[in-house]
Amino acid sequence: MGLPARRQEDSEARIAHLEVPDGAAWATEMRKQAVSRYLAMGLPGRRDEYWRFTRPDDLNTPQAPHAAVVDLKEAPAFGEVDRLRIVFRDGVFDAEASDDLSCEGLEVERLQSATSHDIHWLKDVYGVLEARGQEPVARPFAALNTAFATDGIVIRATERVSRPVNLTYLHENPDSDAILHFAIKVESGADLTVLENGPAAARFNKCMEVDVADGGAFHHVRAQGRDHERRAVTHMFARLGKESAFKSFTLTANGVLTRNESFIELVGDDAVAHIAGAAVGDGDFHHDDTVFVVHDAVGCESRQVFKKVLRNGAVGAFQGKILVKEGAQKTDGYQISQSLLLDEDAQFLAKPELEIYADDVACSHGSTSGAIDEDALFYLQSRGIPRSDAQDLLVLAFLAEAIEEIESEDIAEDISGRLKGWLQRRRR
Amino acid sequence: MLKINDLHVRLEEEDKAILMGVDLDVTAGSVHAIMGPNGSGKSTLAYVLSGREGYEVTRGGVALEGQDLLELEPEERAAAGLFLAFQYPVEIPGVGNMTFLRTALNAQRKACGEDEVSAADFLKLIRDRAKSLKIDPEMLKRPVNVGFSGGEKKRNEILQMAVLEPKMCVLDETDSGLDVDAMRLVADGVNALRGEGRAFLVITHYQRLLNHIEPDVVHIMADGRIVKTGGPDLALEVETNGYADILQEVA
Repeated sequence: MGLPARRQEDSEARIAHLEVPDGAAWATEMRKQAVSRYLAMGLPGRRDEYWRFTRPDDLNTPQAPHAAVVDLKEAPAFGEVDRLRIVFRDGVFDAEASDDLSCEGLEVERLQSATSHDIHWLKDVYGVLEARGQEPVARPFAALNTAFATDGIVIRATERVSRPVNLTYLHENPDSDAILHFAIKVESGADLTVLENGPAAARFNKCMEVDVADGGAFHHVRAQGRDHERRAVTHMFARLGKESAFKSFTLTANGVLTRNESFIELVGDDAVAHIAGAAVGDGDFHHDDTVFVVHDAVGCESRQVFKKVLRNGAVGAFQGKILVKEGAQKTDGYQISQSLLLDEDAQFLAKPELEIYADDVACSHGSTSGAIDEDALFYLQSRGIPRSDAQDLLVLAFLAEAIEEIESEDIAEDISGRLKGWLQRRRR
Repeated sequence: MLKINDLHVRLEEEDKAILMGVDLDVTAGSVHAIMGPNGSGKSTLAYVLSGREGYEVTRGGVALEGQDLLELEPEERAAAGLFLAFQYPVEIPGVGNMTFLRTALNAQRKACGEDEVSAADFLKLIRDRAKSLKIDPEMLKRPVNVGFSGGEKKRNEILQMAVLEPKMCVLDETDSGLDVDAMRLVADGVNALRGEGRAFLVITHYQRLLNHIEPDVVHIMADGRIVKTGGPDLALEVETNGYADILQEVA
């Protein structure tokens, strides 16, 4: 029992400069439990089963590695969408830059104040979903987040909200080490869309907990990047009630280290969870999607669609699991992870897993890694399309299956446009 | 229009000579057919003309309207007016047929210094062309050739030809895998495009396609060379007597 001494020292050193924020008794208790969870698990090491593809070193250091601030010429994502903007500058809420937080059908509050008084629903979400997601796989950075996050937002949606909430991150300090925590409750019959964009900090630890009640719907679209030197570790924990829907899509462009973890629990019958991602990397790029979907109710559907385009030494990793618990009959589980390697230096590492304890289920998974189809490329060229344009067309076609998971056509178009821009900037 | 002069081609991977001195002169407005037994080099000729990788030209040359074709990239050949209707059209999941055609048309126009066609004009053009080829508008929305039947794929090739309006059309075994009705549709599509400024090179194993697309000149190819050239009657001779007699005769 207990961690090796070295690892324990490192784990303690990692949080030595952090303080558990003040708050109401329940919140302090939650945070203290999270500290204990974190210390019991310790920081990840190379030999941990779920960290074999990704070196955690830059996440383990007490100080964030330096990351240059980039000045992007590109217009920010979702600029065309009518949205409620909530801005964080190097991990600190910026009221000036944000919209008025009052919005019909929504209760929005900053984390510090929300955890300073008794909010009935928040007690059932904050740190609770994160803790549920620690079994069977340890997620120490999520526990660290719950314990020490000083900023963030809590959101409760009580009806169908047409205006998306847009979390916009700004990175201005090359040494910032941001920890943000979001707790979200979508009440029965309510519908909420959350958008995320912008480079957040030199190092960014984000945790989002989403509790979707019976018949509720949660949509999430995130545009990560294009800050190149960032290190990001993000967690999404979701608990889905009866006939609820959860749909999440992430676009990732650039980044020396990105680890996006999701832990989705389908606990009510006939719930639906779709989680998708498109990642494009060139050169010093490491992107890791680690997804865990738990079916714990009857007749639920889950889809995981992850696509990566890699070149010039870029590395992509995918660890995806579907766990079907005893009694979760009529489960429909699907998982696909594919990479398109544009040269021989790029690398894709995949570990798809199925674990099934019910006998009447349909689950499938597939993982492929391949190069551009030369026959298709020639066919397009033979019709007059220049080779580089033809290649971009095929890359976008490859990513299309993931982008199609976005329900809003406008947002899907925004994402496609970003990918086109990324490809064009990389023309030789 | 198309002049092929003493063309020698080697398959790079197998270090094997496929074409051993092909000469051909296809004039504007004419339809030439190349017939020949399997393995005679017919499809290789089509691929070399279109610029597919894997073939090395060891001697000779090809000129399209006086321009050295072999110097050009495949897309430049297309912009110069060459079109190859593939024997096996390629399926491209994720790329819509309409997007593909519009991108191709605009790329060619751009290469020729012309303005791009507007979305509305393009829609009108493609609807018109699709209708005359009896192509279901649904087929235009689907990804390129994905889930198309053999006949649909070949009709899609002719649709591309009708939209891109090339000067020199090479049809590689366009009749393979087609039933009689589908063949007639394809042939009608080709015949509608016949005209003064356009030439065709129809590569086929069987004579039956030539009943529908009547050639001006018929060439017989064997062992990488044109061994006999004649009028439409030559195709009928092949149909009646097979290739063996002709090959024996020229041997």
